[in-house]
Amino acid sequence: MGVGPEVETDYYNFESMNFPPGHPARDTQDTLVVAGQERRPQRDRLLMRTHTSPVQMRTMESQPPPVRIVIPGKVHRNDAADATHSPIFHQVEGLCVDTNITFSDLKGTLDHAMKALFGSAVKTRFFPSFFPFTEPSADVQISCIFCGGKGCRKCKNSGWIELLGCGMVDPAVFAFAAEKQPTYDPKKISGFAFGMGVERIAMMKYGISEIGSFFAGDMRFLGQFV
Amino acid sequence: MKILTKWLRAYLPDLPVDDAQLAEDLTLRGIAVEGVYDLGDGSGSLYEMDITTNRVDAMNHYGVAREATAIYGLTLPPLDFKLPQPKPVAKPFSVRIEAEDACGRFTARVLRGVTIGPSRDWFAGAEVATYFGLLEQKQISNAVDATNFAWIGMGQPTHVFDLDKIEGGIIVRRARKGERVKTLDGVERVLDPEDLIIADHAKPLGLAGVMGGWDSMITPETKNVLVEAAWFDPVAVRRTARRHGLHTDASHRFERGADYNAAEVASALVSSILLANGGWIEGDLVDARVPAIEARTANRKPVELKLSEVRRILGTTIDAEGITAATVEGVLTALGCGLAELAKKAELAKKAELAELAKGNEVWLVSQPSWRLDLEREIDLIEEVARVYGYNRFANTLPAFGEGVRALLWAAQESEVRRTLLAAGFHEAIGSTFCSAAEAALMAPQPGLAVPLGNPLSEEAGVLRPSLVAGMLAMIAGNLHRDVSDVRLFELGTVFSGTTEKVDERPALSFGAVGTLPEQGALHAARAIEFHDVKGAVEQVVGRFQSRTVLFDRFLAEAGLTPEWLHPYRAARVVVDGMTAGWFGQLHPRVAAERKLKEPVLLGELYLDRLYKLPLRQPIAREISRFQPVRRDFSLVLDESIAWEKIDQAVAGLRIPELVEWRAREVFRDAKLGAGEYALLLGATFQAADRTLREEELQEFQARVVEAVGKVGARLRS
Ligand SMILES: [Zn+2]
Repeated sequence: MGVGPEVETDYYNFESMNFPPGHPARDTQDTLVVAGQERRPQRDRLLMRTHTSPVQMRTMESQPPPVRIVIPGKVHRNDAADATHSPIFHQVEGLCVDTNITFSDLKGTLDHAMKALFGSAVKTRFFPSFFPFTEPSADVQISCIFCGGKGCRKCKNSGWIELLGCGMVDPAVFAFAAEKQPTYDPKKISGFAFGMGVERIAMMKYGISEIGSFFAGDMRFLGQFV
Repeated sequence: MKILTKWLRAYLPDLPVDDAQLAEDLTLRGIAVEGVYDLGDGSGSLYEMDITTNRVDAMNHYGVAREATAIYGLTLPPLDFKLPQPKPVAKPFSVRIEAEDACGRFTARVLRGVTIGPSRDWFAGAEVATYFGLLEQKQISNAVDATNFAWIGMGQPTHVFDLDKIEGGIIVRRARKGERVKTLDGVERVLDPEDLIIADHAKPLGLAGVMGGWDSMITPETKNVLVEAAWFDPVAVRRTARRHGLHTDASHRFERGADYNAAEVASALVSSILLANGGWIEGDLVDARVPAIEARTANRKPVELKLSEVRRILGTTIDAEGITAATVEGVLTALGCGLAELAKKAELAKKAELAELAKGNEVWLVSQPSWRLDLEREIDLIEEVARVYGYNRFANTLPAFGEGVRALLWAAQESEVRRTLLAAGFHEAIGSTFCSAAEAALMAPQPGLAVPLGNPLSEEAGVLRPSLVAGMLAMIAGNLHRDVSDVRLFELGTVFSGTTEKVDERPALSFGAVGTLPEQGALHAARAIEFHDVKGAVEQVVGRFQSRTVLFDRFLAEAGLTPEWLHPYRAARVVVDGMTAGWFGQLHPRVAAERKLKEPVLLGELYLDRLYKLPLRQPIAREISRFQPVRRDFSLVLDESIAWEKIDQAVAGLRIPELVEWRAREVFRDAKLGAGEYALLLGATFQAADRTLREEELQEFQARVVEAVGKVGARLRS
């Protein structure tokens, strides 16, 4: 298990995760920034981390491979609140780095994890996706836990529910890690990472319609989960 | 983005699947079709697409068609638009790229004698009216429709100028300080010296790759046209667009990388649509190129790709044969890559005893198509192989696992705190990470160290919370304002302090309670939650840790030591092993009034970073004595300023092994006592592990207790 700071530097949150300065990929994560950063070098600027991925880099910098770590944590985005968006939410991130870690290992690990979370009958399927810090990248769907895949309102009749993002760690990310730990040589090691939104899964599992319910402290809501 | 299958099939008449299957096959390859809508007889389907930002090349009909060819092993016919022979011109139109870092190519074609009006369908299989009708794309005029057609059809932004508004020729350059241009949206813009612009010899005409200018736009009166198709640098376009708060189709594409080689084809496409209504071409296409940019877009150095690396990263497939050389070659060729097989590591093959071993050692030099700027490295090509091969054709394997689980540093302590409070009837909540500057000033344990945000969500969320009390209070108030009268909450979270240069994060615990205990019911009497209920909860939490001393103290209001959010007389400090571990008590009546809270609110905060320094308490069992315990009571009179804590410590300080338990049994005040005094009944139990206590021993113990409490100011009541 690992954790990291909620206030991060631009370097850990973006640059070392292969979001170069000025890159459009940064637009996908609207960021809350600490005041008074304009004069500082870009990499040192402080912000509210937009994902738990910076802990990947902090972990790799602090130890040579192998790494097998799960990272829960609070993250923030400069998003207007609505039923499914909250400026505050939580993610759980995973990172596995070693010699001979493959895409099929990523598939097997997540398939196993989803079965452990949602029952052994659950199936997974993987779609190509894009994240700056993984390549190849994938979105993972699980067979609908409500209808078993037949199609229902919750899965919009598709029989599948999109649950997490993942991929093989991008060699560029290893190159950043290797600045402090040269053993992260992408020619010798490989790895996978995955991440998911905690509230999203809880909303689906418990039938919660407003993400804001998690942050209101309403006794009538909390009392249902005793 | 919307895609018509009718348009796709115009490019690929041999598509072997129906629209539904095509949608699924594309989606499984990462060209996600989010919705399929039947457009009725003969019109095919409309796809609602969701394509990831790295694949701008596929955000148009020709790009999606290219993906389909890779899936089904088809061949995509090249885009080719036949133009009439140009009329010769003595002096070609002048184009100069001054900003060679930001504009890699600028093509200009002069059309004269055109008629601006409704566009006509101009070649079979590609009908503006039909496609635009199905896409619900408004037809405006042949000039606008032509650029829209090139955009929707092949993803290349183009621009058309009224040639007669251009003075001299085109210069692509950075703006000069103070220059202005009115853009097509009618906004008069002051230009920044970093803005990349299209100018003529006298004035700026528009924002390069973002938006054209008002003064040179096509009007119904336009007779002569200049068609622009260019390549602009992603960062330069992004900066210009951002500075002016613009996000256009053109800027979207250029920011993510346009196709260097598409300019000429797009220019021909736009020109042919315009010329369908009459007119002629004057002179050859003017094509200004910057070789340095061409070298890093259209003519990149080929990438080496090894089959062994493909397999090392991707692993096991369900199909026993796995990823073969033929798979790699098939996928990459269909996507437009050029593959030259290297010497196949011939020496390696020779060294291998068996020729079989040479298999799997294929090495290719892969040249990347100009429209795929995202293909730069070996891993990018491996991803393409995995993507088109199909992610779900890989097996589910598990990596070897050799170690046990290492939990977080504070996991055990945090879970113990959580468990204790849940057992005490509190619910766990998560409050806002932010609070107002005023709340921070009132509630921060150390003043002046609150960290402000640069772009807060609101003024009430302007700073990083230095204390969890603000959030707790907000949640309690929220409940009360919704008429939920019994509230018991706690939050485990991070508090922040420091400067905008360095922010310190620490774990903290807040808790709050309002209402009755237990909740109102028919079979039991309920009473209001009061100070000692919360104190009990705090004692339980702190009691989970292995400390030497725990005490609660308070200060006179005048001392100024009690936090200002707490009631001056109903507050206590928690001191663990001599460290301040937190504060709790009743909310200050002024703060309560400001928030319109009529009920007394009990709340507090513990600094968990301090508690977490202590290990969790590990109970060690003690033999239970077989011998008779003896209880002795001491009736004490004390000054009001002497708290139980003092008596407790004095008794503990005796360290009499046979003194096994003591407590305050009663407190009372009556007229017989002096002013400012109170009476306390101290009950003590003596017991030895190995013998029955003798009377002399007991008397000695009693005397020592009386002496010890006497030293802190207690006297025996006569
Ligand atoms: Zn379902």
